[in-house]
Amino acid sequence: MIDPDWIWGLAGGLMIGGAAALFLLVNGRIMGASGIIGGLVDRSGWNTALERGAFLAGLLLVPGLFVLATGVPAQTNLTGNLWAVIAAGLLVGLGTRLANGCTSGHGVCGISRFSLRGMVATVFYLLAGGIAVVLFRHWLEVV
Amino acid sequence: MRALFAFLAGGLFGAGLYVSGMTDTTKVQGWLDVFGAWDPTLAFVLGGAILPMALAWNVTTRRARSTLGTEFPSRPAPRIGHNLVVGSVLFGAGWGLVGLCPGPAVASLFWGGTGGLVFVAAMLAGMLAAPPVRERIDRLATL
Repeated sequence: MIDPDWIWGLAGGLMIGGAAALFLLVNGRIMGASGIIGGLVDRSGWNTALERGAFLAGLLLVPGLFVLATGVPAQTNLTGNLWAVIAAGLLVGLGTRLANGCTSGHGVCGISRFSLRGMVATVFYLLAGGIAVVLFRHWLEVV
Repeated sequence: MRALFAFLAGGLFGAGLYVSGMTDTTKVQGWLDVFGAWDPTLAFVLGGAILPMALAWNVTTRRARSTLGTEFPSRPAPRIGHNLVVGSVLFGAGWGLVGLCPGPAVASLFWGGTGGLVFVAAMLAGMLAAPPVRERIDRLATL
């Protein structure tokens, strides 16, 4: 029995991979969200600021305008616990920059070139993510 | 040209994140919830994304430069450093806690409400804090 969500997941995944392939083959860059943002935040990537800014503008505007224009209901279903949101944001920002990559950079771009670092990073963030869900959702019930 | 294609790549990435369900934190937490009501959708997303990107990496072996003239990114040394592991664990913990990683956090800003904005602000702060933390980890690691 195939869940329609899986088909949407596969279709969206192909789009994500297509975007990464486009950015690599045309611009010659790795499509890693945390690296593209982080290089602007800590100024290490200011020499390519326009390219980074344009990528982020597309990332922000295209899904945003699509949802606004079509009126399709979109929900992030984010927890209402703002302390958890702040803590998670800090962890995600700090962690992805220490590790030099997140789900898109290590996961999509790294695994697809059989990068050992990408695979190791993915194993560790998946493990930590699984443990966090058990701990915070099932045991402590804070989110 | 560089900015135009960066915008297109970012837009396609964002649209793919939305279509695949990655901007819905309940789907992401469902995927990480291996011991609860596990939702396998993200396996389809990751699989779908890796496929075109693996083909793209293959193309780079037969070409010297990207279409816009940049050299393709070289393969980083396959060294598993402390920062890669520590960073990935911290990132995974934050990802599991609320279900957002950097790409979807930006892509969903338009409809993510206050929580989405707070998350991105905290993520940027975490990224800003990364360089000094990385130095400290490097120093501890050489003790």
